[in-house]
Parts: sequence; C-alpha cells; structure tokens
Amino acid sequence: MKLTGLEVRPPMTRTADSVRTSFVVEPKPVPERTPSVISIDRLSVLYGTHVAVKEVSMEIAERRVTAIIGPSGCGKSTLLRSINRMNDFIAGIGFQGAIRFRGRDIRDPGYDPIDLRRSVGMVFQKPNPFPKSIYRNVAWGAAINGYRGDLTQLVEDALKKAALWEEVKDKLSQSALALSGGQQQRLCIARAIALQPEVLLMDEPCSALDPIATARIEDLIDKLKAQYTVVLVTHNMQQAGRVSDYTAFMYMGELIEMDATGRIFTNPQVRKTQDYITGRFG
Amino acid sequence: MSASDALFEPRKQRRALVARLFHAACVLITGGAVVVLGVLLYRVWHDGSELLSLEFLDRFPSQITPEKAGVKSALWGTVWLIGLTAAVAIPTGVGAAVYLQEYAPRNAFTRLIQLNIANLAGVPSIVYGLLGLAVFVRWLRFDRSVLSGSLTMSLLILPVVIIASREAIAAVPNSIREAAFALGATRWQTVRHHVLPAAAPGILTGVILSMARAMGETAPLIMIGALTYIRFVPGGTHEAAPGLAGWVGWFGEAIRDPFVVLPIQIFNWAEQAQPIFHKLAAAGIVVLLTVMLILNGAAVVLRAFWQRKQP
Ligand SMILES: Nc1ncnc2c1ncn2[C@@H]1O[C@H](COP(=O)(O)OP(=O)(O)OP(=O)(O)O)[C@@H](O)[C@H]1O
Ligand SMILES: [Mg+2]
Repeated sequence: MKLTGLEVRPPMTRTADSVRTSFVVEPKPVPERTPSVISIDRLSVLYGTHVAVKEVSMEIAERRVTAIIGPSGCGKSTLLRSINRMNDFIAGIGFQGAIRFRGRDIRDPGYDPIDLRRSVGMVFQKPNPFPKSIYRNVAWGAAINGYRGDLTQLVEDALKKAALWEEVKDKLSQSALALSGGQQQRLCIARAIALQPEVLLMDEPCSALDPIATARIEDLIDKLKAQYTVVLVTHNMQQAGRVSDYTAFMYMGELIEMDATGRIFTNPQVRKTQDYITGRFG
Repeated sequence: MSASDALFEPRKQRRALVARLFHAACVLITGGAVVVLGVLLYRVWHDGSELLSLEFLDRFPSQITPEKAGVKSALWGTVWLIGLTAAVAIPTGVGAAVYLQEYAPRNAFTRLIQLNIANLAGVPSIVYGLLGLAVFVRWLRFDRSVLSGSLTMSLLILPVVIIASREAIAAVPNSIREAAFALGATRWQTVRHHVLPAAAPGILTGVILSMARAMGETAPLIMIGALTYIRFVPGGTHEAAPGLAGWVGWFGEAIRDPFVVLPIQIFNWAEQAQPIFHKLAAAGIVVLLTVMLILNGAAVVLRAFWQRKQP
C-alpha cells in the first residue's frame, strides 16, 4: 500500500523530478467503486462578496479516504466546513448550489444541523480538546446526544480506535490539556468517532504534529476507512499519496481535478495539477 | 564574527538598565500603596479596637448611650442588601452578557446596546439613587425598603457585571465552541458545559468587584432614604408562620422593612461631634472591612474549587 518512493527525503535532494519519477515507479491501484455519501453540486461559498469556493461539484465515496489538496487560501477549509455546516456561524457568509448527505439537501430548512453534525464529525487543524478530563472529552458528545449504552465502554473503544488507549488508560480523569499535541489530536479523533459518525472531516489533522505522531494518525485513518468515510484536507503531498483513495485538487476556489489518487499523482489531466503536485508552484 | 554583527547594535547594558529601573519603579509603587494602606488600617484599628467586641455586632445604634451602641442593624442591613443585590444582579448581568456575546446578532442595534452599557457604567451613583427613588420608592411603592435599595444597587452594578462577564466570555477560545458544535451540541449545551465554566473565574472576578462596590456605596442609598437610627433588622419584627408559605410571607415582609447599611452608619457616626462617635465609626469600618474580606475570601475559595473541579 505504501508508496515507498514517496518517503520524506532531505529537502535538498527532493527536487520536483525526483518526486515525480517516484510516483511513476509505484502507481497506486485505483480503488473499488463505492456509492456516494456526500454529493456536492455546484457549490459556491462567499464571504461577503469574496468567492472562496466557486461552483465546486464532487462526489464523496463511502468508506474511502478523499484528500483535498491545493495551495493555501484556495478554499479547502471553507469547502470542508460547509459539509457539516460549521460555516453557519460566520457572519455574512453566503451559499449557492447544494450539498446532499445521503440524498438530502443539508441546507433544507427542515434539516437540523445538529443531526447533520452528529453524522458528519469533524477534526480540526489545531487540536482543540475541552479543558476537561480525558474521559469527559470523549464521553461528552455521546452524553449530550443521549447515548444509552455503557459510556465507560464507549470511551475505551473510541480511545482504542484512536490508538491512544495505552497511553492514557491510567489517567482518564486527568486534564486533556496535559497531553502532548499529537495525543491531543488523537483525543480529538477519539472524541469524534465516539459519536459513531458516518463521515469524518479532517482539516489538516497532522499539521501541528511530528513525523511519528503523523505516521500514527495516518495509520489510524487507514484503519478508519473500514467503517467511516473520511475527507482529509492536507498540505502534505506525501500524506495525500499515502492515505487517500481519491484526491481533489483545488485552486483559487475551483475544483481543478478529482480522480483516484494513483491517477492524479501519476497521470493528471490538467497541467496545473501536475505543476502543483510536483512542487512547481504552491 | 558574523556579517550581521555590523547590522545589529544590541546595547545590552542600556536595555538591562531600563529593565532594572522599571522593576524598581514597580516595587516602589506597590510598596508605597501597601504602606499607605497599612497606615490607614493602623489608624482605624487604633481608634476602633477599644469598642470592638462581639457585643458590638449584636447591639443597635443609640444616640443616648453611644458607649453601648453597636452595628447590628447596619451589619444585617448590609447582609440583606448584598444578598438581594447579588440575587438580582448576578443572574441578570451574566444572562445579559451571555445573550450579547453568544446569541445576539452582530448588528448596529447590538452595538448600540453595548455602547450604552459601557456608558451606564460611568454614570454617577447619585443618578441611580434618583432613579431608584422615582421608580422603586415612589412609582412601584416599595417605599424606603431594603428591596428598593437592592434594586437600585442592582441597576448600579449591572453594567459592570455585564461588561466583566462579556469580557470573560469573549476570552473563551472559539475553538472550544467549534469543538462542541461539531459534536452536535446545541448552543445552550455549548454555553452551559464549556463557555460558562471556562469564563467562570473571570465572571467571578467581575462579580466580586461589583459586590464590593455595592457594599461601599452610600450616595444612592441616602437618596432613597436608608435611615440611620434603626433599632431592628429586616424581618426582625415579623413572625414567620410555620411552613414554606409562612417563610415566604415573612421574606416578603422583611424585604419591605426600612434598613441601614454599614457605610451609612459609619458616615453618621463620623459626623457627630463627640469623640466617642468617632471611635464607633472606626469600629464600624473594621466591621465593614472584615465583611469585605470574608466575601473576597469566599470568592477565592470558590474560584480555586471551580478550577480544581474543571477536569
Ligand atoms: N471567516 C472568513 N471571513 C472572510 N474570509 C475568509 C474567512 N475564512 C476564509 N476566508 C477567505 O476565504 C478563502 C479561502 O479560505 P480557506 O480557509 O478555505 O483556505 P484554505 O484552502 O483552507 O487555506 P489553508 O490551506 O491556508 O488552510 C481565503 O481567501 C480566505 O482569506
Ligand atoms: Mg485551511
């Protein structure tokens, strides 16, 4: 599965060409098709008059990892946050087009965003645990949503899935803020999967982490896709190449190209995509 | 020697000197304040200690036998006033702050309200006294009661409570709200479980400061006519009938009683010519300071408890 040719090299030797040839050597297989869970239909998002996302259409396949890449400011976070309506809180935001989750328009007035967010979880770029105990961090979401099972068991399962259990099992009642950045991020993932969502949105979950913590979270994402649909925003081409099944390339608010990751990285149809993933700009 | 040495002139000695000077100035100013406070406390204690005793707390003021006077009515008046003021102003003020910060749309109207609240915080207290006299004493016919006094005090401190609470709520990082919303929380669950607990220490600080102010204010209470020589405490002359209804009835009567508070009592004693009254005033000040100390101490304990409970 791993593209060994893509492992991190010292910056001086990692020229555009060397990265590029390494993709050609080991192309990633095209994943088996699965039904679409989320379908984005000509979505535009405006901050006031500034168009941050421009007529983007894409289908997010079930139990697959979809990576969104693109230069800073191209609208990746805006698009991602629109999927679980986290952008609703921003004053002066405007939407056109539609996002459908399992066929239902999420902006439909009868669709309670609380139900949506329960099914579409989110992990933020910066770890943001609650200033509460590790246990409460994981249990809270389930508790407020009226979880009727065994909370303690749920917390344990979620922490195990997030590969954090061994590190924290003896200090569940301690403050989550005492954890390291990587542990906090895995705690946030545990918190999100404790709710058993169908889709997990991750906005650069590894940007604040060291390579070891990053590797763990990548492993975790790889495991999660057995059960969940993951949409991952990342600035790290290697990461997109390693963990994703599909890759979408955005540029200045537009979706330039989206395809199976293996194809995007070896044989992009658009010149701009190729330039970006080979590091010629961005 | 690197090339950049020519570009930077660190002037470390000068910077160190400035740092030391600033440090010294801070120590000096703080020390000065502490010394002045110490001298004041010493003077008050020196004058008042002679009359201070537990009986002093349990005797009513008297014009005729000042050596047997005490602060019972004023002490209990202050306790009632502060209790009622807190009961009215804290929920209203924190509620208003939560609304303005978490719920209200960010539009011109909200900004106008916020500006007004900031202005109200600067209105002289005597104006609140006039308002209280007109609205609570006359119009609502609460008379010169502890209820009128508390409501007036509540109006007086409300802007400060709202502003301090808003600041504390605004300082709660947005990422915490996002985390809660992303888990499918309602706004109320987010506020109740995350925003308010995180803002609680800051809110408490604002509340304590305004309570201390309410305790020390005299002007508005003189305005609404808190009397001086009162020989009973609020509720002291009524009998509570048995049961909850009886207790509620007693409470309703008690808050309609006339009252006096410590600062007014002190002011009155200090005005008298005979030296014995000045000693009474000093003793009264010691009582007032002690009550404030207890209140502040309670707040510190409460805050520490909260912070320990947080995880
Ligand atoms: N709250 C906001 N108000 C106004 N404009 C915003 C807001 N958030 C983002 N923008 C603008 O929208 C555009 C897209 O921002 P977005 O955060 O989606 O980019 P991004 O692709 O996630 O970038 P990065 O990789 O740096 O996180 C940018 O031009 C940004 O300045
Ligand atoms: Mg972003």
